Amino acid sequence: MNAAELPILSIMLAVPMLGAIACLFVRDELARVVALGATLLNLVLGIWLWASYDPAGAQWQFVESAQLFGPIGWKLGIDGISLLLIMLSVFLMPICIGASWRSITERVGLYMASFLLMETLMIGVFAAQDLLLFYIMFEAGLIPMYLIIGIWGGKDRIYASYKFFLYTLLGSVFMLLAMLWMIQQAGTADIPTLLNHDFPAEAQTILWLAFFASFAVKMPMWPVHTWLPDAHVQAPTAGSVILAGVLLKMGGYGFLRFSLPMFPEASAQFIWLIFGLSMVAVVYTSLVALVQDDMKKLIAYSSVAHMAIVTVGLFTFNQQGIEGAIIVMLSHGLVSGALFLCVGVIYDRLHTREISRYGGLSINMPKYALFFMLFTMASVGLPGTSGFVGEFLSLAGAYKVSTWATLIATTGIILGAGYMLYLYRRIAFGEQVNADAAAMPDLDKRELWLLAPIAAAVLWMGVYPESFLAPIRRDVATIVDRIERAAPAGDSKLKENDKTTAKYRVHAHGGEHQKKAEGAAH
Amino acid sequence: MDLSTSLTLVRPELILSFSSLALLLIAAWRQDAGRLVSILSVAALVGAGVTSAQFLAAGTDATAFDGLYRADAFSSFAKILIYIAAAVALVIAPKALEKMGAMRAEYPVLVVLAAVGMGIMVSASDLLTLYIGLELNSLAAYVLASFARNDGRSAEAGLKYFVLGALASGILLFGMSLLYGFTGSTSFETIGQAMAGEIGTGLLFGLVFVLSGLAFKISAAPFHMWTPDVYEGAPTPVTAFFASAPKVAATALLIRVTIEAFGSQAQAWQQIVMVVALMSIVIGAVGAIGQQNLKRLLAYSSINNIGFLLIGLAAGTEQGISAMLVYLAIYVAMTLGGFICLMQLKGRDGEMKEGMADIAGLSKTKPLLAAAFAVFMFSLAGIPPLFGFWGKLVVFNAAIEAGMFPLAVIGIAASVIGAFYYLKVVKTMYFDEPADAVDTSDDKVLSWSGGALALAVSPLGYFAIPALTAVTAQAAGALF
Repeated sequence: MNAAELPILSIMLAVPMLGAIACLFVRDELARVVALGATLLNLVLGIWLWASYDPAGAQWQFVESAQLFGPIGWKLGIDGISLLLIMLSVFLMPICIGASWRSITERVGLYMASFLLMETLMIGVFAAQDLLLFYIMFEAGLIPMYLIIGIWGGKDRIYASYKFFLYTLLGSVFMLLAMLWMIQQAGTADIPTLLNHDFPAEAQTILWLAFFASFAVKMPMWPVHTWLPDAHVQAPTAGSVILAGVLLKMGGYGFLRFSLPMFPEASAQFIWLIFGLSMVAVVYTSLVALVQDDMKKLIAYSSVAHMAIVTVGLFTFNQQGIEGAIIVMLSHGLVSGALFLCVGVIYDRLHTREISRYGGLSINMPKYALFFMLFTMASVGLPGTSGFVGEFLSLAGAYKVSTWATLIATTGIILGAGYMLYLYRRIAFGEQVNADAAAMPDLDKRELWLLAPIAAAVLWMGVYPESFLAPIRRDVATIVDRIERAAPAGDSKLKENDKTTAKYRVHAHGGEHQKKAEGAAH
Repeated sequence: MDLSTSLTLVRPELILSFSSLALLLIAAWRQDAGRLVSILSVAALVGAGVTSAQFLAAGTDATAFDGLYRADAFSSFAKILIYIAAAVALVIAPKALEKMGAMRAEYPVLVVLAAVGMGIMVSASDLLTLYIGLELNSLAAYVLASFARNDGRSAEAGLKYFVLGALASGILLFGMSLLYGFTGSTSFETIGQAMAGEIGTGLLFGLVFVLSGLAFKISAAPFHMWTPDVYEGAPTPVTAFFASAPKVAATALLIRVTIEAFGSQAQAWQQIVMVVALMSIVIGAVGAIGQQNLKRLLAYSSINNIGFLLIGLAAGTEQGISAMLVYLAIYVAMTLGGFICLMQLKGRDGEMKEGMADIAGLSKTKPLLAAAFAVFMFSLAGIPPLFGFWGKLVVFNAAIEAGMFPLAVIGIAASVIGAFYYLKVVKTMYFDEPADAVDTSDDKVLSWSGGALALAVSPLGYFAIPALTAVTAQAAGALF
């Protein structure tokens, strides 16, 4: 049966929503079960959605439209890019619930309700086809996340929750003004229509900057990333997972869905800004990550560095770069989520995130060390893991635009290897200096069930990325077609009539050459 | 126009005036009949509201008493809002006032009299009717502010309100006399015609003074100083009333004066309104941050909200006015809800609690109350998906459409400052350790009305958008 026969997206929005309401009114034990049930049901629906999605079909599938709220249209629909990000959300949610199964003991109903509400809003962001509906879903996530950080967070949770809320709110309000102007200018709030609307070039600059303010904070890009380490460190484990796994992807999704196709000229005009900030982010935050004593902070800074590779990839204006950026987003969602879970596992045992309190865990926790190793390698970008595919593609795409930016962004991979391997060495290898850390038991069944699915997905994406590239290829091509007219000239073209390069040049078989390159990339 | 037609057009005011007189008689003989009089007053307000709704549905648009009074869609819509707000303020009051020993039969009568004044305000199409309505409302309000006469704070609030209110009335009257002197008329329409073209300094002064006097009544910065003191001192049900119905009336009056009388001099007042709007937003937001008393905090919040409202007026377009009316409707629900939550905070001995510290950890001890309060706070801050967001969106949309980008940008940036103190209330309720200072409220009326309003400003409110848009568009259309 095909999922398109039902209003599947509305159902996927309703299931967690109803679950959230139910969680508020039941006992703690039951709230956990309800939350897990709702998220698993949504996962099943998500798999069904993916199975029913036709990569060769219409650009927008599972389209729904209803005029319920006057000017705010209830318009839903997804393309391949939305599909994969929705899959990421529904895949991580049951894991988040599972990760909080025992560590959350206070106000469980409210906690589960907040997470389920987050799930609704995340799916809503990726499925909204109305500008105002998108904004509502995008902003509404602040409330549950504020509560998650503020109620169940660590010592400085209140500071972190304020910072998270106000930073992201300030970023987004300008986007709202820009959206209102666009709706008046284009006479519609329908995103597919707006994607093909040409705004005047001088207006694009302002609009682009307004959207940039929002997405750059959400992404987060240097120098507006400072809310992220605070929020990550203070949030409970599952909060960090969802923050790193999905919320950060909203920024990238925003660039891809709005900034690039709606304002191609402005995007080309500001490429220096994006590349400049990303280069600083890659080098600077990697170096900062290198000196962290706090595991969660280290991973938070590594997130900023990885997201910088995403922004570089997105603004390459070519197929490889954008595809790569999407894969980095998905891969980072899985890997950083998994890394936060790994931190959570040992945090639950010893209640400290200080790296020096651990050591030699591969001796007493071999299974844990194995999983941690896998995710460390995926974060570094080892071939065979998901990290490699995305980073390689986006850097290959970036090379066509700016060799210098690529050179500097690539150092991020080396630095990434530096801080991740250093972290792994300090935690898993070496002497068992702390008796209490040495006495920690290995992963139990629940924790295995949390980490194993992510590990499988990471390897799947690394070994056979075609499953993930197939749904997005056509949609990325649509975006590239749309923005091609503004694409910047790259500095990596071979010189004509140059003796040193003449022998490497393939003249008549240009097409074949290109195909080969693409084949290699895929 | 004969008298009988005029009388049909003022039916809502007639209903309220006669009922208030009759109820005053009951009150004179039966001092303990407070509840009965309250119920009858609510019935009168409902009756007047129904009449106004009939006018609205029938599309009545006529003037009465030779151009002194106007019954159009705009006034009918404003009246419906006013009567609903006044009725809610009556329904929630008895128990709280009884606790203070201030529940006397005059309370509902005064509220009804104020409602009559407010009805006249929004229907005024002449400076004289304007002034009569305004003073009828204000005089009732001064008494209401000091209604808990054994409470020093309440008496102080009444006195402050009276002195400053009299000053504002004086400013307003001075402006009106200038307008009359230079245009030779008190009718909005004639003033509007006389002001077309170049205007002299005298008229400009008149305009500025009238706007200042009205800005005082809506407590817009820089004429807001009385608000926190009066809101804090007055009994909470009275404060809830002050923050809702008179705000609607004064705002509607301001709209009518600026559009009908000063419409041809938009350049002159738009700058004033813009400055006042931005000052109110910023002062309301910054002033609230340090407040430890929740009533004062809500007072600053109302200053802040008036600022957002005025953005719609600064736009000066039909869409801007319609946006203001949407905002007003949502604002009334939010602010009444906020005060209803506040009224449920009772200490162990039944005394009212209104300090920030008293709500610490409320979400653990009273989860539903805390949730409702949080909904109102997020809604006032304009965070989606709560309904308050829609109000902010429509006024900013109007400003954008009128091309007022700097106003919109500064206003929306300042709204983030405002979000901070609303968040602080939520933080105190949800993140702090329980202070356990609050006892269970035994007032079912408060729980039910608070719950109903919380649902109305929750995302469910979005279902009302199509109807609200249509009605406010009709109301705003009546002015242009």
